[in-house]
Amino acid sequence: MEASRKNKLLIGLWIFLAVLIGKIFYIQIINDKYKRDASNNSMYYEYIYPTRGVIYDRNGEILVGNNVCYNIIVTPREVGEFDTLALAAALDISPDYIREKMAYYKKYRTRIGFQPQTFLKQISPETYMRFAEEEYRFRGFKAQTRSLRNYPFNAGGNLLGYVSEVDADFLKTHSDEYRPGDFIGKTGIEAAREEDLRGEKGYRIFLRDSRNRVQNSYADGAYDKDAVPGKNIVTTIDAHLQQYGQELMEGKVGSVVAIEPSSGEILAMVSSPGIDVEYLADIGKHYQEISRNPYKPMFNRTVMASYPPGSVFKLINGLIGLDEGILHTYEMYPCNHGFPYGNSRKLGCHGHASPLALLDAIATSCNGFFCYVFRNILNNKDYKTIQEAFDKWREYVLSFGFGRKLGSDFPSELGGNIPTSAYYDKIYRKHWSFQTIISLSIGQGEIGATPLQIANLAATVANRGYYYIPHIIKDSDEVSIDEKYHEKQFTMVKQEHFETVVKGMYMAVNGGGSAGGTAFGAAIPGLDVCGKTGTAQNPHGKDNSVFICFAPKDNPRIAVAAYVENAGFGATWACPIASLMLEKYINGEISPSRQWVEDRIMSTHFF
Amino acid sequence: MNMFEGQSTIRRDLRRSIDWPLIFCYLALVLIGWVSIYASIHSSEPGSILDWNCRSGKQAVWILTAFVLDILILFVINPRLWEVISAPAYLFVLGLLVAVIFLGVEVKGSRSWFALGPVRFQPAEISKITTSMLLAMVMSKPYYKISNRKYFLITAGIIFLPMLVILGESETGSALVYVGFLFALYREGLSGWFPFFLGMAILLFIVTLTTNVWISMAIIAATTGVVLWIFFKSTERESRIVRFRIIRNTILSVIAGVSLVFATNFIFQNVLQDHQRKRIEVLLGMKEDPSGVGYNVIQSKIAIGSGGLFGKGFLNGTQTAYGFVPEQSTDFIFCTVGEETGFIGCLTVILLYAFMITRIIQDADRSREAFTRIYGYCLASCLFMHLFINIGMTVGLMPVIGIPLPLLSYGGSSLWAFSVMIFIFVALYKEEKKYF
Repeated sequence: MEASRKNKLLIGLWIFLAVLIGKIFYIQIINDKYKRDASNNSMYYEYIYPTRGVIYDRNGEILVGNNVCYNIIVTPREVGEFDTLALAAALDISPDYIREKMAYYKKYRTRIGFQPQTFLKQISPETYMRFAEEEYRFRGFKAQTRSLRNYPFNAGGNLLGYVSEVDADFLKTHSDEYRPGDFIGKTGIEAAREEDLRGEKGYRIFLRDSRNRVQNSYADGAYDKDAVPGKNIVTTIDAHLQQYGQELMEGKVGSVVAIEPSSGEILAMVSSPGIDVEYLADIGKHYQEISRNPYKPMFNRTVMASYPPGSVFKLINGLIGLDEGILHTYEMYPCNHGFPYGNSRKLGCHGHASPLALLDAIATSCNGFFCYVFRNILNNKDYKTIQEAFDKWREYVLSFGFGRKLGSDFPSELGGNIPTSAYYDKIYRKHWSFQTIISLSIGQGEIGATPLQIANLAATVANRGYYYIPHIIKDSDEVSIDEKYHEKQFTMVKQEHFETVVKGMYMAVNGGGSAGGTAFGAAIPGLDVCGKTGTAQNPHGKDNSVFICFAPKDNPRIAVAAYVENAGFGATWACPIASLMLEKYINGEISPSRQWVEDRIMSTHFF
Repeated sequence: MNMFEGQSTIRRDLRRSIDWPLIFCYLALVLIGWVSIYASIHSSEPGSILDWNCRSGKQAVWILTAFVLDILILFVINPRLWEVISAPAYLFVLGLLVAVIFLGVEVKGSRSWFALGPVRFQPAEISKITTSMLLAMVMSKPYYKISNRKYFLITAGIIFLPMLVILGESETGSALVYVGFLFALYREGLSGWFPFFLGMAILLFIVTLTTNVWISMAIIAATTGVVLWIFFKSTERESRIVRFRIIRNTILSVIAGVSLVFATNFIFQNVLQDHQRKRIEVLLGMKEDPSGVGYNVIQSKIAIGSGGLFGKGFLNGTQTAYGFVPEQSTDFIFCTVGEETGFIGCLTVILLYAFMITRIIQDADRSREAFTRIYGYCLASCLFMHLFINIGMTVGLMPVIGIPLPLLSYGGSSLWAFSVMIFIFVALYKEEKKYF
């Protein structure tokens, strides 16, 4: 080709057209942004919200149900002239509210475009009916069915959890599943089973034009999707027991956890103070108030608080001693108001017979006895160093579910704390002995346990050596739970050693006050209650009151742990609360002879 | 026998002398346009494609009448006529262009349409033809030389007169098409510096707007350096006078370039009208305005982009059918093609144009008559300008400038004008073939 002017022009022509074709190729083939935009553009998705799954208790009582409510949606650009006062009357709102909203839409009209806006949330069916009759007068306004949670039982906000609209941060990472305005379970059971409860949104697709006028159903509804209602959840909770627990804990700070030992099912789980269920449905309105409360109602103490377990931990030390062979049921140790150690220091104890063996030591909760036990565990000649002995002990403790997460299906479970030998090596620069950490003998010191873990200990003892991972969701037609909840979790202690401990716990309750039993207040005629008190020293104030128990002694049906903060001696507060739970669960009512206990508990409010 | 012989000669003549492939492209594009117009309006104006009440029906009438015009031009009117009437026709249309400012009806802010009863027509469309004819007539004179200052000024005047009047009607797009005559002039010996300086001016304008003055300065410096270097290499043996001229011209060019760069912002802010400024800002990505000026372009790109390789199928477009794209049967008709027939369809349409323009250029160049050649180049230039500006606008390469896509867009004036313009060329070419 000679470079004549004609050819130069032709080459130029083809270059320009190639640029054009290249650009078209780019937007049609390479970049698929425009295809996505196209479907957003022309298809109008009318979402149909599913009803959220109902939450049942173990006996079929509804813990959380649904009420129908309506949202009013408005597409500002479709709104014509309308009678503000009539709309205000129909919706039961002030005309100023409407003016304010409309002014807002006008101000941000370019940003809003043709997007429908939520004008008013959660109006009642009665209001909706009034609105529906006059809807034709208000072009651009529409009602959308939503559901609102309702709570027939006061089962405690921390257990049930609440739902609220997804926030912007969450949407950034979950934009496939959630859209603005969707609800999501935030805490408790609502969060634990969000995937089952939420159901699937349905939608109807319409084609619309650039003025957002809906033209007709897309492909005759071939791609429409019906909403799939959320799955119903059956929990292990006993609604009446749960509500009773809430009542008992009214005005007290602490937790009560009840577990069915034979299955690991959580029967009740009370964290006090909690969020009143009346606030749950519309938590946003009360959020300020709740978060300002100094007792932190949002903090679910049952699974998040880490307390020293106190004397109930003696059970574990006793069991480890038996299993390691450094303690025998016949061995007796003296206790004269405590255990002397170091430079004439003494870990004190209360008055009881001395010397005494394991059984009585548990019944009387003797501090001195368990100091000997723990000393022997750590100074066991089988291990070369105290570190090795300590780590073995720690391994035992962990096998009871302490110092780690139990793996429950309840969200935000924490693991508590059991220190390691390395930890002591670090803070004492390897110079530490039994005496340094003597408080671990009686469940004080660096040990942290959640009330759920403490309740699990009660269940483990009740089962004589194993537990099921505590859980709150039951298998049902719609939802099945992980197989792990059906597997026995054995501790490292041989099962045969548990009988002595059970007997000791039985004695503590039923041995009578004169014999030094610490938990005689928990005795319930006809029920062979076994229990163990604890009084955990609290660096921040009055001692914490702890009690674990289970009943009946043989084939136990319920194990309970109660933990009351700053309430003093375990037998005084935690013990009656836990025993009332037992009695309520097994007998269904409180016997007249113990009515006064209930009255005392219910009438006492610490705050 | 004689009679049959005569017929076969005529038939051979027709086969030889008429550029049938060119006519095939013309027919194909007109039909694609008609069908696309139907596709773009069928949901908002339901009816059959021939329904007189909707645009596809009206376009059918325009098409048929255009065919009548085509046949008249091809077989009835003596092609020699065009050269003869070019001067009076030019003046007449110029008169119409001026008259429309006072007598026309206002459509979207510009007075460029005459309303004759139900029919509206735009003199600017015809002005392209008369300007081409006059250019061809003047430049084909044996004594004409574009490097002669007098003739150069006459030529420039022929182009600028209608162009300025059209600008006065604020039909920027139609005026811009006249820049395309530069290509025809280039073919006829205009110095290559003109396209070069034009290209540089556009480049500097854009660079200054999107980045800053200093980058433009750097570009001027670099280009000057390269140009000077090439010149001194190739003119080593030339006289001092020649070299002096080179230096003088270079200095003048640099001064012009620098002034342009510094004037850019002033021109942009004060000379351009508001809507023009906004369109350029959106095109250059200086501002995002998805609901305002950018809306058309975004919607148009979405429509075309969503077509993919094969498109959504005839009448299955959602973007164009549901009115997302404005002016979809006129200026944005290419969106319908892009959405419903995809990349394959776009490629087909562009290749049809490309083939048509190439064909015209080749025919023109081969022509022995200067009038035919120059007219052909003018025609090719106009087609190219329309094509590039229009499709460039729909895919976001050019600012939003409202000019129709030749033969495809809805509208009688445009279709008639291009049909006449193309068939005058075909007739001229046929006339020539008769004798050679």
